[in-house]
Amino acid sequence: MSRSKNAFDHGKAFSAFITGGDPTIEKSEEFILNMVDAGADLIEIGVPFSDPIAEGVVIQDANLRALSNGCTTDDLFELVRRVRTKTDVPIVFLLYCNSVFKYGYDRFCAKGQEVGLDGLIIPDLPFEEKNELAPIAASYDMDIISLIAPTSEDRIKKIAADSTGFVYVVSSMGVTGVRSEIKTDLASMLESIREATDNPAAIGFGISTPEQAKKMAGIADGAIVGSAIVKIIAEHGADSTPYIVDYVKSMKAAVLEA
Amino acid sequence: MSKGRFGVHGGQYIPETLMNEIINLEKAYEFYKNDPEFNAELDQLLKEYAGRPSLLYYAENMSKDLGGAKIYLKREDLNHTGAHKINNVLGQCLLAKKMGKTRVIAETGAGQHGVATATAAALMGLECEIFMGKEDTDRQALNVYRMELLGAKVHAVTTGTMTLKDAVNDAMREWTSRVNDTLYVLGSVMGPHPFPTIVRDFQSVISKEAREQILDLEGKLPKAVMACVGGGSNAAGMFYNFVEDENVRLIGCEAAGHGIHTEKHAATIAKGTLGIFHGMKSYFCQDEYGQIAPVYSISAGLDYPGIGPEHANWHDTGRAEYVPVTDEEAVAAFEYLARTEGIICAIESAHAVAHALKVAKEYTPEDSIIICLSGRGDKDVAAIARYRGVQIYE
Repeated sequence: MSRSKNAFDHGKAFSAFITGGDPTIEKSEEFILNMVDAGADLIEIGVPFSDPIAEGVVIQDANLRALSNGCTTDDLFELVRRVRTKTDVPIVFLLYCNSVFKYGYDRFCAKGQEVGLDGLIIPDLPFEEKNELAPIAASYDMDIISLIAPTSEDRIKKIAADSTGFVYVVSSMGVTGVRSEIKTDLASMLESIREATDNPAAIGFGISTPEQAKKMAGIADGAIVGSAIVKIIAEHGADSTPYIVDYVKSMKAAVLEA
Repeated sequence: MSKGRFGVHGGQYIPETLMNEIINLEKAYEFYKNDPEFNAELDQLLKEYAGRPSLLYYAENMSKDLGGAKIYLKREDLNHTGAHKINNVLGQCLLAKKMGKTRVIAETGAGQHGVATATAAALMGLECEIFMGKEDTDRQALNVYRMELLGAKVHAVTTGTMTLKDAVNDAMREWTSRVNDTLYVLGSVMGPHPFPTIVRDFQSVISKEAREQILDLEGKLPKAVMACVGGGSNAAGMFYNFVEDENVRLIGCEAAGHGIHTEKHAATIAKGTLGIFHGMKSYFCQDEYGQIAPVYSISAGLDYPGIGPEHANWHDTGRAEYVPVTDEEAVAAFEYLARTEGIICAIESAHAVAHALKVAKEYTPEDSIIICLSGRGDKDVAAIARYRGVQIYE
């Protein structure tokens, strides 16, 4: 049974991302709980990786900070376990294929289920390679969140039809990071997605302002924000909580206006 | 199991943004590799521009000195731009042109692939941008200037370990932001399918020639062929047409840096484990959580934490052997070849020469072995001098 789609049960959803362990595991827990209180409907925890090829500079730097503080996948499982005792909000990991593969697909999904993790977003696991993990993940109720990109075109329908949980719509070409303008024809992408699946769809990559969030949530079922939050943490470090709370509140309000 | 597999290795582990482009590339390649016009153009470029066929040189002094097998050197160092890399880039840049691309991007370690790509781009009128780790732009400053002379823009990559793997990361990131007019000209037999196959095919001209040449000269096949392995492109090219010749030993020489008992090495087969990185499943130097290890070699071209998926499979099946060669052994071989044969080879290629020095005596003068001399060593002279304590800077 999919739990990550519960994020969309209360209308348009706002999904908030942080890199786990940036600047510390304890601070990640504090940031997550405060983001949930401020209205985040879904929490994405980036599992730091040495070579995050889908990330722009902001999240690359956060990965380095977390890794240099010694953050491991097991630390993040324990983080989820602790957060899970305090909230039912859906929690997913954003991570690279090797982090799951090297841990062991079965062992990873079993551990995820045990601590209360709801899904995995894996930017370097496209439709063609998904089947080496998907059946194992399904047996542990672990959603594999499918990504659809501006270049997906004829692939949209098969990816959406095969999705579990929700569909992650990549707004723009390139890597993660704040963008002043999003030019992709997202409305027609969403139309194709909705023809193929009843799963909700949220748009991410490049969203930072309330205006963008409102616009994206108007087109889709929700908006996903990562780099903008990570940027706050890069600037304020351990003292980021009030800034994150203000930001998440403003973004959630914008999404609800859509 | 998806496409482009070599045993369990290979595949296409890349962001969705690149998938349609990769599929287009595969279709284009499948068409052009059988297109007589494309092949005629490529053959002409290899002959008239790159200077092929490259010589198979009998290293008589070395053979007599070692007192074992007759040693032949496949002289890829004599190609235009001084390394085997030109074989692949002429093919890929020609393919880019046929696909209607106007821009190529590439990663480079030592700078040989970057220089080759910039060269082919200049020849064919393609815009060219090269990604090179900051550490390597410092180690190989002349190659940076060379690429700029050829009209390429060089990005010094300051993320991660600032070496080859980080250059690949940034080239992939760049490709996801601009696929329509751009082909990523990958320099080794790595990355997502179809790159390992495309690069191996374009490099297989090395063994196609070498096999014919040795049969002409010796009337029989060699006992062994050897080549250095980072990602593994010259080795794949050197091995490919001997794979079916079961009695020919195929030996890949990995960079063992300070030694595989230390953390300062880039010996993927000796010390790596199965993983998924840079678009492929293969062996990688990594920790228990799958974090890619910061590898080390004196040779910038072998300073890579993975190996191409076809090599990983040749290792699994036992068709090829992979041996570690240290910095010290490679430098000694570099000096030995210079003194004995009057050839200054690339420090990468010197890893293969070093292994030949070890095994030549296992054979008799009735036997032959071929070493792929993948590149020339001008670029390395200053670094080798510094290794020996002579403070020379380029």
